Amino acid sequence: MAILVTPQTKILVQGITGSFGAKHAQLSLAYGSQVVAGVTPGKGGQLFEGKVPVFDTVSEAARQTGATASAIFVPPPFAADAILEAVDAGLDLVVCITEGIPVNDMVRVKRAMQGSKTRLIGPNCPGLVTPGEGPQSHGGCRIGIAPGYIHKKGHVGVVSRSGTLTYEAVWQLTCRGVGQSTCVGIGGDPVNGTSHLDVIKMFMADPETHGIIMIGEIGGAAEEEAAEWIGRFGTKPVAGFIAGATAPPGRRMGHAGAIVSGGKGTAQAKIDAFRKAGIGVAATPSEMADTLLRMM
Amino acid sequence: MNIHEYQAKQLLARHGVAVPAGDPCKTVDEARAVAERLFAAGHTLIVIKSQIHAGGRGKGTFTHGFQGGVKLAKSVDEAVNFAGNMLGKTLVTKQTGPEGRVVQTILIAAAEMIKKEFYLAVLLDRAASRPLIMASTEGGVDIEEVAAHTPEKIIRENVDPAVGLMPYQTRKIAAALGLKGDLFNQACKLIAAVYKTAWETDAALVEINPLCIVEGPGGKEAIVAVDAKIGLDDNALYRHTDIQAMRDLAEESPLEVEASKYALNYIKLDGNIACLVNGAGLAMSTMDIIKHFGGEPANFLDVGGGASKDQVAAAFRIILSDVAVKGILVNIFGGIMDCNVIATGIVEAVRETGLKLPLVVRLEGNNVAAGKKTLAESGLTIISGDSMSDAAQKVVKATRAA
Repeated sequence: MAILVTPQTKILVQGITGSFGAKHAQLSLAYGSQVVAGVTPGKGGQLFEGKVPVFDTVSEAARQTGATASAIFVPPPFAADAILEAVDAGLDLVVCITEGIPVNDMVRVKRAMQGSKTRLIGPNCPGLVTPGEGPQSHGGCRIGIAPGYIHKKGHVGVVSRSGTLTYEAVWQLTCRGVGQSTCVGIGGDPVNGTSHLDVIKMFMADPETHGIIMIGEIGGAAEEEAAEWIGRFGTKPVAGFIAGATAPPGRRMGHAGAIVSGGKGTAQAKIDAFRKAGIGVAATPSEMADTLLRMM
Repeated sequence: MNIHEYQAKQLLARHGVAVPAGDPCKTVDEARAVAERLFAAGHTLIVIKSQIHAGGRGKGTFTHGFQGGVKLAKSVDEAVNFAGNMLGKTLVTKQTGPEGRVVQTILIAAAEMIKKEFYLAVLLDRAASRPLIMASTEGGVDIEEVAAHTPEKIIRENVDPAVGLMPYQTRKIAAALGLKGDLFNQACKLIAAVYKTAWETDAALVEINPLCIVEGPGGKEAIVAVDAKIGLDDNALYRHTDIQAMRDLAEESPLEVEASKYALNYIKLDGNIACLVNGAGLAMSTMDIIKHFGGEPANFLDVGGGASKDQVAAAFRIILSDVAVKGILVNIFGGIMDCNVIATGIVEAVRETGLKLPLVVRLEGNNVAAGKKTLAESGLTIISGDSMSDAAQKVVKATRAA
């Protein structure tokens, strides 16, 4: 069953005619995902790649195609509006890939989303993949920018704030013949829609997921929050890695949220929380898969 | 982006926050004029403050031996003497590193009689995804110490972005600070104005430490922001052209400024093993794994998800401008990007720069076989790493041998 999306999930792409959105919409189509609509205001009526209809509004696209999930590729100044348009259209899932959204915009978006049924993943994230049954996991659901072919259908859930570090973990698993249920990049911004803990709870409840890799990094306390819950309620093996042990305090390490400030959000505090919760800690990023496999 | 104290006070004053009378000066003549004006207005003590983006200014030392980046003066001549000892001189504090920073600007302001010091800040509460106002009766000291030892002395008030800061919240804070009467009303107004500054400028942090009750020339008490620090959200700068103009490139590392021109995310560190990586998380963990195997990373460098050949070439030039670098580790997980494009970029950059240092490359992902072939057939001495840990161990060893 996997979490959040299945190979049947119908996807629309907001910003499908921009170069970034177009490229990744094509890659999702090539992976066999159900990209059924695009949205670009003013370009309604066009066809993307000669087959995917483009609409002016999200609600029109959802109504006419039955799309329930959205991938957002619009530039940062327009991203908050794009997210709330997808929420207004009643979609189940909105995945915002856009990097560089002002923090205050996300503060307002999260407030406005309170009480809505829509789940937001991201922003500033690689998106998510539920691998398919075909060769190189073809036929799965790919929403976002992750490389599809590195996946393999199986039973490990992966959740991470970082894109390439997620791919690293997924590839380690696939190279060892171990597949994934769903891989979720929750994004590197300080204010995001879905936390580590949200995804961990879904993995724990998903019968297809037998073990979890949780990848965190410096900044904030979301990893500690997830670890505490796992320590109390976790029912499946979890291995983890925290990036940024060598990062100097007070500096933002690429991701807007990756910063140790006021002595808070250090790698050591997160690693300690992992250990306390019985999470297997990978000493280096090369050992993420092996650390989990030893526990399973 | 960080800005100077005097710029922070300009932004605060623009939003209605009371700050001490004063002005920034770039020359000794300007300093004399400001000092004369402040004494003529009835102030009996003024302060001369070096403007650099680093803390510990008061206890800092100038490289020519002058003590203190913040000085009090009772006369114009004294102020001018201090200004001459600060402007154009290099100030070393506990936060600048031994190289220090050149003081280009000083702030000269009225130093009013301080009766009591508080702490006030607006920042993001990540767990709540809302702005947070933090205040304390313990001002003028390190707030992290207060939070660690006497957390009950920190007042925290979240703001609902749907309605903004409500007046009752400012009253709660002012009451918790123990203020009464006119000072209570002044504090409410000031807290609202500080929050407005933070929200309207898209600040990541506004910190007033200390916020003071001062006694003005007429013996009248007032609440003013005696020191101020503002850090802006880089993602929101596009909508604040006035604040963009406050950027001081002299306060940033020249290599970091150069890297930003190529959309490279580079942060210089103190080690000798440079790294070039795609993706922030992978770049951080590449630094970590170098350290894990006994090396010291020289930098953080994220070339982004879709690095071009030009970016790779620029990245090599920037890495090699750091004279401390004795070895290089390239770690690329080419999910979508073609490993062969990266490999070609590496080969070209190595030829262009005439690289003599040991170079370890770990490539993985899309079209990796072609990429490895390009590296192997280049005739260059490039050490290939099979995994992150293999590559990290090889670069640490090669750097030690070099």
